[in-house]
Amino acid sequence: MNIVVCVKQVPDTATERKLRSDDKTLDRDAADGVVNELDEYAVEEALRLKEAHGGEVTVLTMGPDKASETIRKALAMGADKAVHLVDDALHGSDALGTSYALAQTLKKIGFDLVVLGSESTDARTGVLAAMLAERLGVPQLTFANKVEVNGTSIAIQRVTDYGYDKVEAVLPAVVSVVEKINEPRYPSFKGIMAAKKKPVEKLGVADAEIDVAQVGLAGSWSEVADFAAAPPRAAGTVVKDEGDGGVKAADFLASKKFV
Amino acid sequence: MSVDRVLPTPEAHDLLDLVRDLIGKEVAPRAAADESARRFPREVFTTLGAAGLLGLPYPEEHGGAAQPYEVYLQVIEELAAGWLAVGLGLSVHTLSCFPVAAYGTDAQRESLLPEMLGGGLLGAYCLSEPHSGSDAAALTTKAVRDDGGYAVDGVKAWITHGGVADFYTLMARTSPDGARGISCFHVPASAANLSGGLSFGEPERKMGMKSSPTAQVRFDGLRLAPDALVGAEGEGFRIAMAALDGGRLGIAACAVGLAQAAFDAAVSYAGERRQFGSRIVDFQGVSFMLADMATQIAAARALYLDAARARDAGRPYGTQAAMAKLFATDMCMKVTTDAVQVLGGYGYVEDFPVERYMREAKVLQIVEGTNQVQRLVIGRALAGPRP
Ligand SMILES: Cc1cc2nc3c(=O)[nH]c(=O)nc-3n(C[C@H](O)[C@H](O)[C@H](O)COP(=O)(O)OP(=O)(O)OC[C@H]3O[C@@H](n4cnc5c(N)ncnc54)[C@H](O)[C@@H]3O)c2cc1C
Ligand SMILES: Cc1cc2nc3c(=O)[nH]c(=O)nc-3n(C[C@H](O)[C@H](O)[C@H](O)COP(=O)(O)OP(=O)(O)OC[C@H]3O[C@@H](n4cnc5c(N)ncnc54)[C@H](O)[C@@H]3O)c2cc1C
Repeated sequence: MNIVVCVKQVPDTATERKLRSDDKTLDRDAADGVVNELDEYAVEEALRLKEAHGGEVTVLTMGPDKASETIRKALAMGADKAVHLVDDALHGSDALGTSYALAQTLKKIGFDLVVLGSESTDARTGVLAAMLAERLGVPQLTFANKVEVNGTSIAIQRVTDYGYDKVEAVLPAVVSVVEKINEPRYPSFKGIMAAKKKPVEKLGVADAEIDVAQVGLAGSWSEVADFAAAPPRAAGTVVKDEGDGGVKAADFLASKKFV
Repeated sequence: MSVDRVLPTPEAHDLLDLVRDLIGKEVAPRAAADESARRFPREVFTTLGAAGLLGLPYPEEHGGAAQPYEVYLQVIEELAAGWLAVGLGLSVHTLSCFPVAAYGTDAQRESLLPEMLGGGLLGAYCLSEPHSGSDAAALTTKAVRDDGGYAVDGVKAWITHGGVADFYTLMARTSPDGARGISCFHVPASAANLSGGLSFGEPERKMGMKSSPTAQVRFDGLRLAPDALVGAEGEGFRIAMAALDGGRLGIAACAVGLAQAAFDAAVSYAGERRQFGSRIVDFQGVSFMLADMATQIAAARALYLDAARARDAGRPYGTQAAMAKLFATDMCMKVTTDAVQVLGGYGYVEDFPVERYMREAKVLQIVEGTNQVQRLVIGRALAGPRP
């Protein structure tokens, strides 16, 4: 089975993240780049599927040169090879643009199964799996906490508010995973060494036959009009217990829809 | 604070990054709770094994990672800063693998090392006995040869990983001839499956490092195959001492890591705690103490790394290893004690980790040769052979 995992480099959530004032895109120099957390689960699931069914795992990343660190991490975990879509023309692409660029690349490199995280920690639109599946004309099986492949059919458990749905489809397909699906492995020291020798193919927009009018800041349908720093956290509400503390605390939780 | 390290290769940087990641997620978060529960974290060693860290300074062909001591020891240092029982445990495991790796036959290396270095097994090193500590050559556990191999009788004391290890590297007497009558054996825990003869004491109730089991290992007619012998008969004491030269560097690295952890806690506390209207770090009496701690830690690190580089270059390094162990562990005792002082009353209670560091530091002045024995080793090298 030819599995492609889409992996995004995101700024470390433990550091302060900023947008650039000039073009209102992410300031990638301001923070360390790490693998989007859910994408580690996606890589893990792809590796488990490969271990069970054979085949090959390819990592696909769209991002600047620096994103090669992220590729290396996924290769160290055990992926076989990588494709790095990197081109200045892609800078500032919105979700529609990104899904178009990734879809063009996927058509070019071929796949039986595409695995994504269900959401990134920086932009968090959570729409990429759906958009990709539409653009590729294949079934989408999203928010999976369990994936089973049987020959050419695939079944997942989709996590919902009330439990889970069983969703089945025929390959090729796009799957997105949630963190309950597995426990990602650590790369081993040998894996880290081996990753340096694994092939990483760099593609530009021309190689992937991407129409530049549909990507980048200019090609994006959405536009960041303005942004502001998050307001400092306000002081919490103090509930003074005058015999009715429990009721007040419960009312507060109810007002926030926690209970 | 992450220590800025000069490492010899890019791969060593990758290795240290991996180690820090593992420490942050799998090691440090559970240290305090497991220490107070006296719970041995076997799974942590399994994780380290899966990451390829149980055989760092040994050749790749046998499942090791072919890292120089200079790099391996800095891994130990970082682990010890996260949790001494884990850093020291890895050091003891690595020490236990040394005799087979350095003195074993090709057949022993090929059959045993892959599992010991890369298969997730955990080792223990059995030299000390109830009546033979510093005077290790006075050991009395004996291995008697007969037609089918050896029969072992005796008691080993203070054995780190006693009862939880998968193999025991054993020094036992094969003749009454003093230090020259001692031989080294590789004892898989499974050796007792057939005929019994291996049992363990209750883990000692220690001052610190409570999660790491230290127990007696008792041999009662344990049968060993002839090929359990590592090196020649009578070569055991020399092997044991050669193993300890490397082991002492591991203890020195543990001491530097533990001191660094205590120092980091002290600096961060001193920057926040206010008395008399200012941060205590702004009082010269406190900042001079911190300055001395930082200097001593840096000096100890430089000393053990210098000895490691001598070893990596194939030079004699036993005396330097003894100096590094002596200096680093005395330094660690002082630094951890001062860290408690910097935190005042808060340093004396379990809400902060420094009281634990201080309790843990003490053992490093005792194991793998007390610091008196280190002086003895250094002094003998100075005196040269007797006329
Ligand atoms: C702060 C911020 C806000 C943004 N807001 C918007 C917005 O409101 N509307 C909009 O259209 N765009 C927005 N963007 C742009 C958006 O980040 C990119 O289009 C992004 O590449 C895809 O969106 P996502 O990360 O939200 O994807 P998600 O759907 O949240 O990510 C799901 C999965 O898609 C995969 N994936 C995502 N990006 C890549 C990639 N570059 N390479 C490989 N795999 C990838 C990963 O597997 C990931 O887990 C924003 C960006 C930032 C930094
Ligand atoms: C937690 C822990 C883990 C251990 N793990 C192991 C292990 O895995 N394997 C193992 O084999 N052993 C292990 N040991 C044993 C350790 O190596 C011994 O405790 C140590 O070598 C000292 O021996 P002793 O306790 O018998 O003290 P003794 O040798 O009785 O020493 C008592 C005191 O006398 C001093 N002394 C002795 N001889 C001299 C001399 N010639 N000149 C000056 N002073 C002298 C010593 O420095 C010490 O202060 C461990 C010990 C502890 C506490």
